[in-house]
Amino acid sequence: MHPSKPLRPSFLYRVKKSKVLLLMFLPCLLYYLIFKYAPMFGVAISFQDYNLFKGIWESKWVGFKYYQLFFENPDFFILIRNTFLLGFYNLVFGFPAPIILALLLNEVTRNVFKRFVQTVSYLPHFISTVVVAGMVTMFLSPSSGIVNQLMKWIGLEPINFLMNPSYFRTIYVASDIWQHVGWETIIYLAALTSIDPQLYEAAKMDGANRWQQTLSITLPGMAPTIIILLILNVGRVLEVGFEKVFLLYNPATYETADVIGTYVYRTGIISGNYSYATAIDLFMGIISLVLIYGANLVSRKISETSLW
Amino acid sequence: MRNISIFQTVNTLILLCVVVATLYPFLYMIAVSLSGNLYVLRGEVWLWPKGFNLAMYELVLNDPRISTAYLNTIIYTVVGTAVALTVTSIGAYSLSKREMVGNQFFTLLIVFTMFFSGGMIPTFLVVRSLGFMDTLWAMVVPGAVSTWNLIIMRTFFRGIPAELEESGRIDGLNDFGIFLRIVLPLSKAVLATIGLFYAVGIWNNFYQALLYLRDSDRFPLQVVLRNIVLAGQINNSNVTSIGGDNLIIEESLKFATIMVSTLPILLVYPFLQKYFVKGVMIGSVKG
Repeated sequence: MHPSKPLRPSFLYRVKKSKVLLLMFLPCLLYYLIFKYAPMFGVAISFQDYNLFKGIWESKWVGFKYYQLFFENPDFFILIRNTFLLGFYNLVFGFPAPIILALLLNEVTRNVFKRFVQTVSYLPHFISTVVVAGMVTMFLSPSSGIVNQLMKWIGLEPINFLMNPSYFRTIYVASDIWQHVGWETIIYLAALTSIDPQLYEAAKMDGANRWQQTLSITLPGMAPTIIILLILNVGRVLEVGFEKVFLLYNPATYETADVIGTYVYRTGIISGNYSYATAIDLFMGIISLVLIYGANLVSRKISETSLW
Repeated sequence: MRNISIFQTVNTLILLCVVVATLYPFLYMIAVSLSGNLYVLRGEVWLWPKGFNLAMYELVLNDPRISTAYLNTIIYTVVGTAVALTVTSIGAYSLSKREMVGNQFFTLLIVFTMFFSGGMIPTFLVVRSLGFMDTLWAMVVPGAVSTWNLIIMRTFFRGIPAELEESGRIDGLNDFGIFLRIVLPLSKAVLATIGLFYAVGIWNNFYQALLYLRDSDRFPLQVVLRNIVLAGQINNSNVTSIGGDNLIIEESLKFATIMVSTLPILLVYPFLQKYFVKGVMIGSVKG
């Protein structure tokens, strides 16, 4: 007789054992299945002539018709360029801003002042996009806006900023930095607290000045956090915020302001061209996925820091 | 030493500029919305209200569109926060238990949605086919779980000592009982943080309303705000009701509208500020 081997508890037994936990997880699971995974399979309509009344099961399959339509669309190039450039400028100017602010805050010796600056700078993060867009529009108004009043006061001609395509990207990026720079310092400041203070002591003994300490201790200490956030942000370059563009753009600035998100909205929700809009969205979603995968790969090779 | 003190001065000045750049727009809006029309027209209001009056606020509060929208937003926020907090906390608790069957699979399922989504139209079609269009549920359910908040909470629950939960098991509680009686009372701070995050998110939500609500009686504040401030739909009956020489300054009215709809955020901000930094820190620990 062989002594019976210790059995790994059967799957069914384990399910039974975590029955209550599974039940607790059920609402969450249903949420993800219905609102995240069902739409992922819903992208199938981009290969169909989707008809609201026929639904996904009865609509006619048309293969890559809508993808081809998009590639042949004269707006194709403009949309990709606008989305990419807006995201790119937002990354180039928006990414370093909180790092710089965190470094400046880190040098403050009086804690009360540091906390005051932090508290104030987090505030705009909690204001709605509609309010921020409203403020931008009002302040830049050519007739009554404070910016143009100031320009008149120093003898400049008023400019209708929001009707001029060449200002759109600057306005978008600047207002984004204004709104989120403070909030984004939190994660860097958290990384700074984990740096061993003895390192600074040792550096001071070696005669390193403030700037040298920043370069050789503070920045390397923040590096893993910076890299992780950079990968995430590179992956999101094309996920330009739909809301703010939608609220700030107008036909006069489509030339630089119209991005994939707004085009998908007009094509799909407004004109009811669901298949076409989904095809455009899916195309960009896949490029985003490739981007984040690529950024992660590069980072793993160079710095051994990666998301997965 | 001298070198450092110059640096400190410059640094302090730069940070003061950040403070001014952040606060001035709000102070300016408050000043203009509280000032007399004449002073605003002449461009004399910079920082402090001149010819103090509350006329613009009276107009805003008497606008039926705004009162309806205010009520709608309050309902969406209260119901939405309750639903989101319930689903997220019980979901996060079960995910925090490594012994749950399929834990890793579920985590992967959830994290993947951070990198890829079906996009605007398929989600819209799902919400539409559920019959949520023009209902409270369109504002509440599609955003009920934020992956970020879920992960913050899961990380927090993992930090609760297992001994505490074991004592509950000895007393004969099941997993749900332990969650309710032992874990929740220990989690007030994280619940407050995440609850406030959700509440602010729903209060500010414009996207879902734009996509899923067509009936103007159901519009939340953000949509009405956009119609008034950005699309310039000022209620004419209000303007004429004041009548006579009392010229309505569009600008003051719009600023007053912005302030009225942002006030609740500014009021809860001190509480938010007290908890949220801790919340973000918890989440930043790699789980």
